Amino acid sequence: MNDVLLSVRDLVVEFPKRDKVLTALDHINLEVRRGEILGMVGESGAGKSLTGAAIIGLLEPPGRIAHGEIVLDGQRIDNLPYGQMRRIRGRKIGMVFQDPLTSLNPILTIAEQLIETIRTHLPMNEKQARERAVELLEEVGIPAARRRLDDYPHHFSGGMRQRVVIALALAGEPDLIIADEPTTALDVSVQAQIIDVLKRLCRDRGASVILVTHDMGVIAEAADRVAVLYAGRVAEIGPVRQVVKDPSHPYTVGLMGSIPSVVHDIDRLTQIPGSMPRLDNIPQGCAFNPRCSQVHDRCYRDRPNLIAVESKPDNQVACWLFDERASS
Amino acid sequence: MTTEQTAGDQPLRPSLWRRILDSDLLYSFLRKPVVIVSFVLTVIIVLAAVLAPWIAPHTPFDPASLNLMNGFTPPFSANEFTGDTFILGTDSQGRDVFSAILYGARISLLVGFSAVAFAMILGVGLGLLAGYKGGWVDSLIMRVADVQLSFPAILVALMIFGVMRGVIPPQQQDQMAIYVLILAIGLSDWVQYARTVRSSTMAEKNKEYVQAARLFSVPAHRILLKHILPNVTGPILVIATIGLALAIILESTLSFLGVGVPATQPSLGTLIRIGQDYLFSGEWWITIFPGLTLLVLALSVNLLGDWLRDALNPKLR
Amino acid sequence: MSSQPLLHVENLSREFDVSKPWLNRVIERLPEQHLRAVDNVSFDIPRGETFALVGESGSGKSTIAKLVVDLIRPTRGRILFDGKNLPETRGREFITLRRRVQMIFQDPFASLNPRWRVGDIISEPIYAFDLTSQLKTSVTRRVEELLETVGLAGRDRHKFPHEFSGGQRQRIAIARALSAMPDFLVCDEPTSALDVSVQAQILNLMRDLQEELGLTYLFISHDMSVVRHMADRIGVLYLGALVENAPAQELFRNPSHPYTRMLLDAIPDHEMTGRKRKPVKGEIPNPIDPPSGCTFHPRCEYANDRCKAEVPHLIATASDHYASCFAVEEGRLPKAEAIA
Repeated sequence: MNDVLLSVRDLVVEFPKRDKVLTALDHINLEVRRGEILGMVGESGAGKSLTGAAIIGLLEPPGRIAHGEIVLDGQRIDNLPYGQMRRIRGRKIGMVFQDPLTSLNPILTIAEQLIETIRTHLPMNEKQARERAVELLEEVGIPAARRRLDDYPHHFSGGMRQRVVIALALAGEPDLIIADEPTTALDVSVQAQIIDVLKRLCRDRGASVILVTHDMGVIAEAADRVAVLYAGRVAEIGPVRQVVKDPSHPYTVGLMGSIPSVVHDIDRLTQIPGSMPRLDNIPQGCAFNPRCSQVHDRCYRDRPNLIAVESKPDNQVACWLFDERASS
Repeated sequence: MTTEQTAGDQPLRPSLWRRILDSDLLYSFLRKPVVIVSFVLTVIIVLAAVLAPWIAPHTPFDPASLNLMNGFTPPFSANEFTGDTFILGTDSQGRDVFSAILYGARISLLVGFSAVAFAMILGVGLGLLAGYKGGWVDSLIMRVADVQLSFPAILVALMIFGVMRGVIPPQQQDQMAIYVLILAIGLSDWVQYARTVRSSTMAEKNKEYVQAARLFSVPAHRILLKHILPNVTGPILVIATIGLALAIILESTLSFLGVGVPATQPSLGTLIRIGQDYLFSGEWWITIFPGLTLLVLALSVNLLGDWLRDALNPKLR
Repeated sequence: MSSQPLLHVENLSREFDVSKPWLNRVIERLPEQHLRAVDNVSFDIPRGETFALVGESGSGKSTIAKLVVDLIRPTRGRILFDGKNLPETRGREFITLRRRVQMIFQDPFASLNPRWRVGDIISEPIYAFDLTSQLKTSVTRRVEELLETVGLAGRDRHKFPHEFSGGQRQRIAIARALSAMPDFLVCDEPTSALDVSVQAQILNLMRDLQEELGLTYLFISHDMSVVRHMADRIGVLYLGALVENAPAQELFRNPSHPYTRMLLDAIPDHEMTGRKRKPVKGEIPNPIDPPSGCTFHPRCEYANDRCKAEVPHLIATASDHYASCFAVEEGRLPKAEAIA
């Protein structure tokens, strides 16, 4: 068995509009290894949440996978019929959403929701499932789990609710968890706790996590590797330390420089001019070319694919700068 | 200082015509045959009613032009005495039913539009006030609305009509009848506008652009009219369209019951009432054709309203 | 103090009535409930400086912003702007004070009227405050200048807000605030709805404007790194009360209050410097029913019986550095590890 759990190859997601087809994801390539947390970072409109939705088969119509394949544990899952995909969801892939309030059913107790999910995926009777539910809640760090089992979601605080959501995602013992902005709706002091839970789960259970977020701090805290998305493409992918401390793609460089430091005094933040192009207005060639400080002719002409960076093992960048260095 | 540039400098604003062609509304319109048919029918009836004095073959309520011999002429055939033909036949007095319908639709539409306009101005005004002021102003307006809503619209209209009858001297009653009718229908229908506008106003007034305007010491009436009103009008158009159909039906109902416009200025409802006396004696056309016109008009307007509601609702698009 | 501060906030409190409707209270025999959103807060902001208020949800930071710009009135305490208490002023003086204090809101998608053209949005304060006579140019020209000041093009005044990105809209909102010619801006989480690369643009712009126009900012945020970048002085809020107030660098170098230390520990290490941090525990209690004594005591590892019973007040821990904590007062708090 190789160590790649999920591989996404040349994934293209399109949204047909009445007079044109918008390409929201444009040949995404990435792999998730067993037991790792892959961070997926990008600004709004970069396509990070959409990638998650495409993997779990929850693209909102009229969005559709137009090209490429998604392989989970040796099985192609992008073209499965609805019924089969439903079994994979929960059993093989768990999902944690941004807002813990809307991802729990307000009129059912935590126990009811957990037991139902557990029994959908695992052959257990009511009693066993209840025991399992207590274990899960303990695992995600809910104090006095047995006593709180029959509480309703509104009895829990925001951070505790998000833990319940994580417990629900774990109920089917999935190999992969897709966490879409799991900390964004939470207070700073609670964020750190949720990140810790995710990290611990990954370590203890050997599950893989795709952590989708706009917050570079969360990525730096939690991820093993990170994919930086820009305008529906992977701009850079590599070990988190390399990407954070020594970014290669001009966009990643700008992104890192634009975050205010808590350690150093900076007079002016680095700023990337302009903003992410809209889907119907993605420039020719490299999508970053209007904002790039190192742009040259080729960037206006051809769209770069991921290229290995010579000096950095395991790091790939979609930028012509690195192609030239390789050839010269 | 840096100049932020949108990727690919945007062209100047497209022309109005271009924007209409590109709009989602037109797109949705052109893909709904039922809506297109409704629209065409509505336009035809409205145009015919507006242009009645010019296109009607006869002036049905000018006694001088009537010939009693033409009475009860069936549609599409010549009168057995005079040899005159009337497309939709004549009534007992020899009045051309087609012309009567054109003139009748004119009255119905006039009353309908005016009543809706009246209800809209009243409802939107009170709704804005209730939503923005809150407190006892809100409680008072909305309780009145609740009480009124617990009675059927026709009862409210009948009551207002009755009161006005008592107030206006008898010799002016026929003249004033139309205004009384507009008032009665309008007053029975303002609640919907008020409720909708109130809830949107309460949502809008907490938005930051309204708070910003308050920081500029913009007076309350200006905030209401310039800031909030333009942002709450969307649903009003939908209610008004559906309300128009209801107002036309209510007007016809009142006229049918004999409390609406006088027989000298018959609306579609009056025509139906006049005609129904002859329904069982075989002169069906006198009541059926005005009835069909009313049905087609009310249905078309209603379908348009339904479509507008769906098309403007971003959740259903 | 040599000169008078531009803004002086004194014992400011604001309560909200969160009781159930009267009928429910009578039937269910419930008492009236009051939420103390801001609890006895005092601070000064000298002219030309940036004072930041940080806190999590329920800390009362947005309520303070609304109080300062007079969108709501305090329950107790007062706010002196340039020595004057706004609710006590009348007529021309009132309007002038209003004009001089402007606000930049959090959500650039809600703060611009979607039905208005950008030019009309920006010129609204000019007409509302009757500034046309004070302009050296036409209103149109002034609007174009303002747009250029915030990094947009003059011809953008013909467009509608929906034609702009979030960052551009925030620029428009800044231009609108500037058109009132204020000297004090309250910025309520001005970048929290924006992407980081755009946040950097807006923060840089705000700093440039401060330098060029001599503006004074009250900057409100939940993001410690943004606050550190922007502020000269920082006040830390917890459940409506100011728990620490110190110059920005001093606060990061030598945080006194245990809550401040916790906040600093919670900042993700996005630079991967490997700084040491303690794991954060607990969550913010329900502000309707706050803990007794020091409201932070249930989450504080240094809490003792006194902390549960008495309410601490701000005391000086170093020169110009104040914290409200009995552990600090009694000297039983270990020294913090400076992160900067």
